[in-house]
Amino acid sequence: MHPAFSVIFLTVLLGFGQGTFLALATAEIYAYFDLLPMPPQSYFNAAGAFVALAFLTGGLFASFFHLGRPERAWRTATKWRTSWLSREVIALPAFMGAVFLYLLVHFFEWNPVIIERIGAPPVTLSLVIVAIGTVLAFVLFVCTAMIYASLKFLQEWHTPLTVINYILIGGASGFLFTAVLASIVQPDLTYFFGGLSALLLVLATGTRIASLIRNLRLRPKSTLQTAIGVHHRQIAQKTQGAMGGSFNTREFFHGKSPLFLKSARWGFLVTAFLVPFALTIVAIAIERPEPLFLAVAIQAAGLLVERWFFFAEANHPQNIYYQSIA
Amino acid sequence: MTQLALVIDLNVCVGCHACVTSCKEWNTSGLSGPLSDFNAYGKDPTGTFFNRVQTFEVGVYPNTETVHFPKSCLHCEEPPCVPVCPTGASYKRAEDGIVLVDYDKCIGCKYCSWACPYGARELDENQKVMKKCTLCVDRIYDMNLPERERRPACVLSCPASARLFGDIHDPESEVSRAIREQGGFELMPEWGTKPANHYLPRRKMRLHLHEDELVRADNPLKKEEYMPKPDINEPTLDDVMPW
Amino acid sequence: MAPTYRADEPIPSEDRTGERKLDTTCYMCACRCGIRVTLKDGKVRYIEGNPDHPLNKGVICAKGASGIMKQYSPARLTKPLKRKAGAVRGEGKFEAISWEETFQILEERLGNIRATDPKQFALYTGRDQMQALTGLFAKQFGTPNYAAHGGFCSVNMAAGMVYTIGGSFWEFGGPDLDRAKLFVMIGTAEDHHSNPMKIALSQFKRNGGRFIAINPVRTGYAAIADEWVPIKPGTDGALFLALIHEILALGLYDRDFLVKYTNSAELVNMDEKSSEYGMFVRTEVPVEEGCFDPQNKLWWDREADRPVLSHAEGVDPFLMGEFALKDGTPVKPAFQLLKERVAEYTPEWAAGITGIPVETIRRLAHEMGVVARDQRIELPIAWTDAWGHEHQTMTGNPVSFHAMRGLAAHSNGFHTIRALSILMTVLGTIDRPGGFRHKAPFPRPIPPCPKTPSTPLAVKPNTPLDGMVLGWPADPDDLFVDDDGEPVRLDKAFSWEYPLAVHGLMHNAITNAWRGDPYKIDTLLIFMANMAWNSSMNTVNVRDMMADRDENGDYKIPFIVVADAFMSETVAFADLVLPDTTYLERHDVMSLLDRPISEFDGPVDSVRVPVLPPTGDCKPFQEVLIEIGSRLKLPAFVHADGRRKFRDYPDFIINYETEPGSGIGFLSGWRGNGGEKTLRGAPNPRQWEMYAANDCHYHYELPRSYQYMRNWNRGYLDWAQRHRLTRYAEPILIHLYSEVLQSFRLAAQGKGISRLPPQRLRKRVETFFDPLPFYYEPLESQRTDTAKYPLNAITQRPMAMYHSWDSQNAWLRQIHAHNYLYVNPKLAKGLGIDDGDWIWVESQWGKVRCMCRFSEAVEPGTVWTWNAIGKASGAWNLSPDANESQKGFLLNHLISEELPPEPVTGTRCSNSDPVTGQAAWFDVRVRIYKADAAEPEQTSPQFKPMTTPPGVRKRPKLWQALFGGSSEFDMSHTGERS
Ligand SMILES: Nc1nc2c(c(=O)[nH]1)N[C@H]1C(S)=C(S)[C@@H](COP(=O)(O)OP(=O)(O)OC[C@H]3O[C@@H](n4cnc5c(=O)[nH]c(N)nc54)[C@H](O)[C@@H]3O)O[C@H]1N2
Ligand SMILES: Nc1nc2c(c(=O)[nH]1)N[C@H]1C(S)=C(S)[C@@H](COP(=O)(O)OP(=O)(O)OC[C@H]3O[C@@H](n4cnc5c(=O)[nH]c(N)nc54)[C@H](O)[C@@H]3O)O[C@H]1N2
Ligand code: SF4
Ligand code: SF4
Ligand code: SF4
Ligand code: SF4
Ligand code: SF4
Ligand SMILES: [Mo]
Repeated sequence: MHPAFSVIFLTVLLGFGQGTFLALATAEIYAYFDLLPMPPQSYFNAAGAFVALAFLTGGLFASFFHLGRPERAWRTATKWRTSWLSREVIALPAFMGAVFLYLLVHFFEWNPVIIERIGAPPVTLSLVIVAIGTVLAFVLFVCTAMIYASLKFLQEWHTPLTVINYILIGGASGFLFTAVLASIVQPDLTYFFGGLSALLLVLATGTRIASLIRNLRLRPKSTLQTAIGVHHRQIAQKTQGAMGGSFNTREFFHGKSPLFLKSARWGFLVTAFLVPFALTIVAIAIERPEPLFLAVAIQAAGLLVERWFFFAEANHPQNIYYQSIA
Repeated sequence: MTQLALVIDLNVCVGCHACVTSCKEWNTSGLSGPLSDFNAYGKDPTGTFFNRVQTFEVGVYPNTETVHFPKSCLHCEEPPCVPVCPTGASYKRAEDGIVLVDYDKCIGCKYCSWACPYGARELDENQKVMKKCTLCVDRIYDMNLPERERRPACVLSCPASARLFGDIHDPESEVSRAIREQGGFELMPEWGTKPANHYLPRRKMRLHLHEDELVRADNPLKKEEYMPKPDINEPTLDDVMPW
Repeated sequence: MAPTYRADEPIPSEDRTGERKLDTTCYMCACRCGIRVTLKDGKVRYIEGNPDHPLNKGVICAKGASGIMKQYSPARLTKPLKRKAGAVRGEGKFEAISWEETFQILEERLGNIRATDPKQFALYTGRDQMQALTGLFAKQFGTPNYAAHGGFCSVNMAAGMVYTIGGSFWEFGGPDLDRAKLFVMIGTAEDHHSNPMKIALSQFKRNGGRFIAINPVRTGYAAIADEWVPIKPGTDGALFLALIHEILALGLYDRDFLVKYTNSAELVNMDEKSSEYGMFVRTEVPVEEGCFDPQNKLWWDREADRPVLSHAEGVDPFLMGEFALKDGTPVKPAFQLLKERVAEYTPEWAAGITGIPVETIRRLAHEMGVVARDQRIELPIAWTDAWGHEHQTMTGNPVSFHAMRGLAAHSNGFHTIRALSILMTVLGTIDRPGGFRHKAPFPRPIPPCPKTPSTPLAVKPNTPLDGMVLGWPADPDDLFVDDDGEPVRLDKAFSWEYPLAVHGLMHNAITNAWRGDPYKIDTLLIFMANMAWNSSMNTVNVRDMMADRDENGDYKIPFIVVADAFMSETVAFADLVLPDTTYLERHDVMSLLDRPISEFDGPVDSVRVPVLPPTGDCKPFQEVLIEIGSRLKLPAFVHADGRRKFRDYPDFIINYETEPGSGIGFLSGWRGNGGEKTLRGAPNPRQWEMYAANDCHYHYELPRSYQYMRNWNRGYLDWAQRHRLTRYAEPILIHLYSEVLQSFRLAAQGKGISRLPPQRLRKRVETFFDPLPFYYEPLESQRTDTAKYPLNAITQRPMAMYHSWDSQNAWLRQIHAHNYLYVNPKLAKGLGIDDGDWIWVESQWGKVRCMCRFSEAVEPGTVWTWNAIGKASGAWNLSPDANESQKGFLLNHLISEELPPEPVTGTRCSNSDPVTGQAAWFDVRVRIYKADAAEPEQTSPQFKPMTTPPGVRKRPKLWQALFGGSSEFDMSHTGERS
């Protein structure tokens, strides 16, 4: 496929946003069960929610660039019964709403207790929002990922690994970012988030590599033979019917060399996974946050490459019909 | 239920592109037009077409087959492009199975084109909406047109009559019969999209000669044996036989 | 934004108010299909095939359906243009002038020429469909220097077949695929009968016919053939001769047909000392004057064993053998000579030349022979032959052939095509069901009657030419040469160099005029031909010649006038440009006097009527000719007192008669005052309306019994004579053996009774004027180091493009924006060339850089490309960086208009068939090699970008979308229409 920058930014930014919120949520839940030395402070949560919202808004903004006719974007919410894209379009504002509420609660430090039960700590409004937000974050992950994973012809995408990767990568990036944020706003949480981000990164690396290996082994189901219904071992396209190119030659192919693709693969494995992980471990080991800053920056760049690769790697069967001009 | 479709006979298609430009011509000024062109007189001209004719070579010289292969939207019976559309702009008509795009609803997100394995949809990059073959829905029901002309533009134009049009759910229709009797096939059957458009394969006509057909009693060469009568004075047995 | 459909609403019908449908005739190519143009509010909404038209029956092709984009093309010329004072020819710097000024310039210049030396004016027309008018103009002007595209197109096809069977493929006849069982298509990619061929071919295949394609390349039609027989270019003659060999050897020929309908059984004088050597022996039958073939030859009676008058009642002659007449003259039937000729031409011999396996050649011969013999058709049609014999049925041997430029465009094409005609003849398939069938006005006598003048005295000031501008020589006395045997015409047609150049040699006109050989001219008028590009060989140099100046700084060709509708490459070289209308804006006639659209069943002619007003100051070229003709007072255009005779072109068409009161004019339908007459009759003032009301054509269907065997069909011949299609009603015997050719050979041998060729050409004429077909390697190959240039390079027409004139078409150019050289991978890999590489193609004349595309569908010794896709930068109002000029290329740069001088005599000759002057486009030999990686990825040669003259509209930037019928174009960036 041809990676569109709007979609690359959209998915990466949403991942950051969702991950950040999930990090906040994790901290709150830990705090609820009193597993943290020092619970997250409202100003930290507010700052985190603000950043998450900023990411989500950025993603939303990027998504408009993907639409030919953004003025009609509202229509996209109508087909949630069948379309993962439509579902995403519903899930995103819903999730953003939850994050926004979360921001309000902590910004105004108005966090009434909602449920009080004996023998358990009180459930605050913030916690309720965390619960709903967490569900929505996962729903959004699934929607976004399923947009791709549901397309069965795109064999590279059509796997549960796509969903898992979106969740783990988004999560890892968000946790790492939250760690950096904490180092500024509430330093005692820095290595809590740092550690979890490293854990998520390990998992993400595993599943991402798993998907890479899977994709390298894929045998395309469609061939020239099935595409034109002629059963012969040697078939070659001579003309695709349009010499100056067409939508089909622009939208479905990255236009880069195999070598470029290979470099991109190694590039993102190093920058999005290996280096951030190493830097995080270093930061934890030396108990200094600076490497985390570096890790976030490198990972952000790496994730853009990862997402570029995600699209570029997908081999659309329609390309069989668009191989040659003459 | 009716399922309208095209059946394309690869056995007679000569790759003339009549269906390509007549489609463009009808549709650019039709209800689903215009079909925009970019750089129409410049470098790498490109534009929106609903139908393209491609060429493939099969086999190795001298046993080569050149296959001309027209392709437009196949109006799948299980069209993967429809459910993915977030706006409902893409839809399949219940009454005749035509898959259409409502341009007034389309947001140009291109998702449907990703979901089509055949590369049959084209975004009009000028108008920013998704376009594709409409099976000339604005011709085939237009009661202002004479009945003969209530057929797709590409079908009417095709000089080789390689494009048949009709209801593939009606077993008596020309298209159903052609599919049945001539081994009509679907493209990329592996995806279960059940394309309504079908293709008819190449067929070969051979002649088998028998040895004896080359040597016959009425061979005209027999009439050419020139046997001049001998001169009356040439010697004969008459001159030597004593009895 | 256009209205669209809602899932929940019925599909709205198109708003058809303001809509009109008008019938006319397409001219996106020379096929001339009937079209129906839907106009909405005066703008073209849609062009479709006219279902009521006999030619295309409602279908249309890729070009025809793109006619809108031609009409609204930004390459259109809209104003008469004069080269700017001081501007150099070729730069294309023009000022717009008025038509009145234009006419004054022409009137003065042409008037002077005509009053002094009319041959100083040369008129050449390209893909013109009104040669009857342009030819008439030239004749009336008094210049011999007229030709249309035929000489660089396919004159070998016309001449080779017309001189053999009296008709031809091309637009003059074709295969009866309706009834054929076996169809062999040779060297055809597209042809003039574009839609009808496709209609017939698919019908033929559906009916179970077997289709064999013989071609070095497998594309288009050949793609759907049951069998593809790849052949080395230029070798088909060898194949046909071997097929004839095999068919004769096995007795698979139609003896009865040969005896009755051909000159096979006629006795040839074999006395080498006689001045009649090689001519038919004639008895004393009074010879009629003129062109026809008197029936005064002899047969050898099988029963009586003596010579008798041919076609003597009840006689069965020998086809083979050798005999002596009473006076001792040795004689042989023509067929015997054919048999002797093909004796050496064995399938084994041909296999080595053609590259076709010997078993395939044998099998092809057997298939043809057995199908012709055993699948014979008998139609219940009674008819009477020319000798008065009645036949109860019409028989046919259902083997059909079709061939075009793959045979014609070689310097051995004439004899190759003669061989094919003879192959068809021995199978007995001429004008019979399932075989080849004529289209009116064919068959013609062999050769047809029209003749050019035969002396320079025929060219006189202020006087029409005394004779036709083009004709059909029957013997050396018909040549158009002076006392020394040297040419009178600029292109040297009808001279000893190319005696049967029946369509002229346009491809040499510019070179000859530039060199002043045979003489210099003053004014060159080019109509509808892109001679600075694709219809010239050696294009780079020809362009230079057009702009070349002598020591005094004067142009060697002093004045060039170009009549074109578009900004072609040639326009840049004009001193004066006459902007023509498009086919949708003018009247036109596809006349029986020229190239009608006749069907097998009878004559058909057709017209174009304007469906749109002219754009800008465009004027139909026909009107221009009539205007100039009237101003110059050419007799055909003025009354005796010098008053103008015709108001305009439509008026001319209705009222012109070939001779006063002849009743023969341009249109054959609805003649007579009230339109009651056919073919012949007084002018009808309402003729145009009657054509317009009848789908723009007139179709005369012959009675069924006149539809076949027309060479020898008493009913038909009488009908044709009565309707003045022909002067004579004599049977037209097939010239299996060509006495016409022999008469030239005798002259070359100094034996004839007619004029003799100049010494330097004797050998040439003697060699090539063989009365029986023979095979020789194409002339260019003979004079090329084929070890250095081992490959044949050829072109093909793409179905979706017409020559050079469709690159301006926004839709068609998306299908063919540029071209590649197709190379067999086996060949390429041996040369280290990969698919898509930039390569050089080099001939001994020049080289071109282009891109390579692998193809398994081409014979490995051949490379090919689509014809005329490459363009000069900036031409056709394409942007200077358009694909056509940057990646597209023209093969013509590699082809020379002249052959290397003859080794011994040093004689220079055109790169053409020595019999007919047919341009030998497909003879060129090349080699290919990879371009250096450091070279630019751009085709070579490049030309300075052409400038856009006044009156030509700016090409739209970026987006364009036609919404026909409302506003012309939407060129906004958003695509929103108001
Ligand atoms: N679409 C379209 N139609 C056209 C035209 C056009 O430009 N575009 N032009 C019109 C004109 S002016 C003409 S003259 C006709 C010509 O129509 P065609 O005669 O079909 O002309 P070409 O395209 O030159 O095709 C020549 C064919 O001969 C083959 N060939 C070349 N050399 C040999 C040989 O030695 N032996 C054999 N057996 N085959 C050979 C080539 O591979 C090619 O297939 O088409 C007319 N129709
Ligand atoms: N290498 C190679 N060269 C070839 C051939 C080949 O096979 N190979 N084929 C040859 C053959 S068969 C032919 S016939 C020639 C054709 O060559 P040309 O006769 O030069 O044909 P076109 O390129 O079509 O150019 C015709 C001109 O007519 C103009 N024109 C179009 N419509 C109109 C109109 O309505 N009015 C006027 N006044 N002008 C109009 C066009 O703009 C163009 O400039 O090419 C020959 N050249
Ligand atoms: S119009 Fe017919 S013959 Fe021509 S390319 Fe299309 S399907 Fe094939
Ligand atoms: S061919 Fe493609 S666009 Fe057409 S219905 Fe099938 S999936 Fe949809
Ligand atoms: S591009 Fe238009 S039709 Fe396609 S999925 Fe998006 S909204 Fe639907
Ligand atoms: S059916 Fe109509 S829209 Fe579809 S390809 Fe044919 S002409 Fe085009
Ligand atoms: S074949 Fe020629 S005349 Fe016929 S529709 Fe096509 S372009 Fe027009
Ligand atoms: Mo031609």
